[in-house]
Amino acid sequence: MSNTLNIIQAINQAMMNEMKTDNTIVVYGEDVGIEGGVFRATIDLQKTYGKERVFDTPLAESAIIGTAVGMAINGLKPIVEMQFSGFSYPGFNQIITHVARMRNRSRGQYTLPMVIRAPYGGGIRALEHHSESTEALYSQIPGLKVVIPSSPYDAKGLLIAAIRDPDPVLFWEPKRIYRAFKQEVPEEAYEIPIGKAKVMKKGTDVTIVSWGAMIPDVQKAMGLIENEEISIELIDLRTISPIDRETIVESVQKTGRILVVHEAPKTLGVGAEIISIVNEKAFLYLEAPPTRLTGFDTTFPLPRGEKHYIPSPERIAKSILDLVKY
Amino acid sequence: MDLKNYNPLDNKVYQVLNPKGEVMLKDDIPSLDEEQLLYLYKMMLYTRTIDDKALSYQRQGRMLTYAPNTGQEAAQIGSAFAMEKNDWLVPAFRELGAWLVRGVPLKNIYLYWYGNEWGSHHPEGVKVLPISVPIASQMQHATGIGMANNIKGEDSVVVTYVGDGGTSHGDFHEALNFAQVFNAPVVFIIQNNQYAISTSRKIQTMSENLALKAVAYGMTGIVVDGNDIFAMYNATKKAIEKARSGNGPTLIEAYTYRLGAHTTSDDPTKYRNNEEVEEWRVKDPVIRFRNYLLDNNILDTDWEEKTKSELEKEVMETFESIEDKSDTEIEDIFKYHYEEMTPQLKEQYEEYLAFLQGGN
Repeated sequence: MSNTLNIIQAINQAMMNEMKTDNTIVVYGEDVGIEGGVFRATIDLQKTYGKERVFDTPLAESAIIGTAVGMAINGLKPIVEMQFSGFSYPGFNQIITHVARMRNRSRGQYTLPMVIRAPYGGGIRALEHHSESTEALYSQIPGLKVVIPSSPYDAKGLLIAAIRDPDPVLFWEPKRIYRAFKQEVPEEAYEIPIGKAKVMKKGTDVTIVSWGAMIPDVQKAMGLIENEEISIELIDLRTISPIDRETIVESVQKTGRILVVHEAPKTLGVGAEIISIVNEKAFLYLEAPPTRLTGFDTTFPLPRGEKHYIPSPERIAKSILDLVKY
Repeated sequence: MDLKNYNPLDNKVYQVLNPKGEVMLKDDIPSLDEEQLLYLYKMMLYTRTIDDKALSYQRQGRMLTYAPNTGQEAAQIGSAFAMEKNDWLVPAFRELGAWLVRGVPLKNIYLYWYGNEWGSHHPEGVKVLPISVPIASQMQHATGIGMANNIKGEDSVVVTYVGDGGTSHGDFHEALNFAQVFNAPVVFIIQNNQYAISTSRKIQTMSENLALKAVAYGMTGIVVDGNDIFAMYNATKKAIEKARSGNGPTLIEAYTYRLGAHTTSDDPTKYRNNEEVEEWRVKDPVIRFRNYLLDNNILDTDWEEKTKSELEKEVMETFESIEDKSDTEIEDIFKYHYEEMTPQLKEQYEEYLAFLQGGN
């Protein structure tokens, strides 16, 4: 039977699958129960698994995450939802001071198999704090894993891997492309390993590293310049922390050029880390300065300005051409 | 006793023994045998000895920062003694007496303050979480453990502690609210020792007392004389029984006083006067309980002297067993961030080892 899903449906199916086989999994957050989540990621979970395992909470992000710490300590596997990644800040203290540290603090006595899901990124004409890309904030914290899918197939496999991971995973979902396209996805559960990037297209002239909602835009950019006969290798990072250095370095050793495209601000962003890795491990292979095309070092603009903020396929195409012509 | 008779809106304080150790509520003397009573007294002496020694080691430069408990022994020991075998303890950072009663070895406690993470890894079966430095954040873990008990159908209860300063935190509010909404079996104990470092309880909140904060959550609250070990034991026991039988969480304010400093790095004479401290010395929980035991011919002073010197010896030997022998294993710094070290961690660890071994 065909199982063609968009990203939001794939995320829903991942939880459906896992809750069936693992009754220690609980799902909770704001509006995830009756409503099925503001983006419908948790739709029908409560109907299927009951109010005891899928429930709405009072409106308090810190307690949603803080109680998940307690639940994980006490043998459950909580999957909690932040309604938007820009709403995760009240829970920042719990994430940094406890979620990331409990294993190390207790020298392995208390571990936290838990997932914090949140839609991230702009482009949906939303209110303030509904659009930011916060992956870099969390990727600097030892003890956390940060994962971002870019397709329905990856969303399901990575979320299942995150749920089964013995350590806490922040699963940031590219809401701009939640419903952008559908893919044939296996109906049964499967895992895509955390910590491994994916080479989406092989090439020899330029390496592009990107993730999440920027991947389709990078692909559009590649379409815009397909007549230029530039052989592009496209890497979807998939896991932001820990970064798969091997795949990036191997690619740049082949192409000699790298462009990192991300939506978050430039300064001290994940792109800076990727370029440092390239400088450390592939310096002598470089044909051109490693380059970043990112969001500005500004607050994410309200809807009337957001088209200027997110790197467009046209800007991405120009960055690729500039890099090759250097 | 009935928790309901002490509505915090009436600002009543539950007390069984007055500061002289005289019985105020005859019917509320808990039915503990002599052995149990002497155990409680011994734990008070133990806690105080550990404090005294830690402070003297610290002054000698042999111990790092230490948070003393003196004056709060009854609040800690009385409450923890009401817990059952499978109950969880979620500490803040000043609950020495409670940790000891719940089976945390002194060696771990000293190891923690001495600066080694292994001090937070407790023996199998000791359900005590590590010390939580971020104020009030641990209360949410307690609520989460309790919520998980409800989901799993387990009947253990969670006891968690916070200070008076912690009641100003958003996490305090969120933890209490969630606990009541989800009927979590949790007992929240505020050790109101009147100071958050130098900040007086009086400017922490304009609430008449701290237990009445429970009222807005629809929760039972009670103010207890925190220097009265019987009052603390009874109130906590009632709250635990209530939680275990599915009747929800309770907020207990243990009204007490920190006779010492916040930690060894502050000087309390700068923010409070001696008269105030002397007033509270008269209410010392250890002296109060001792008077009760003497008045009732339970305590033998020869036993007391012998016990004190045995405890002192044990405490000194325990400290010496870790002193200068507790440097962190380098691998441990890297090993416990994830189930498996990431390639990044492995590389950093190996590079550092190579440096130490004099490689290039």
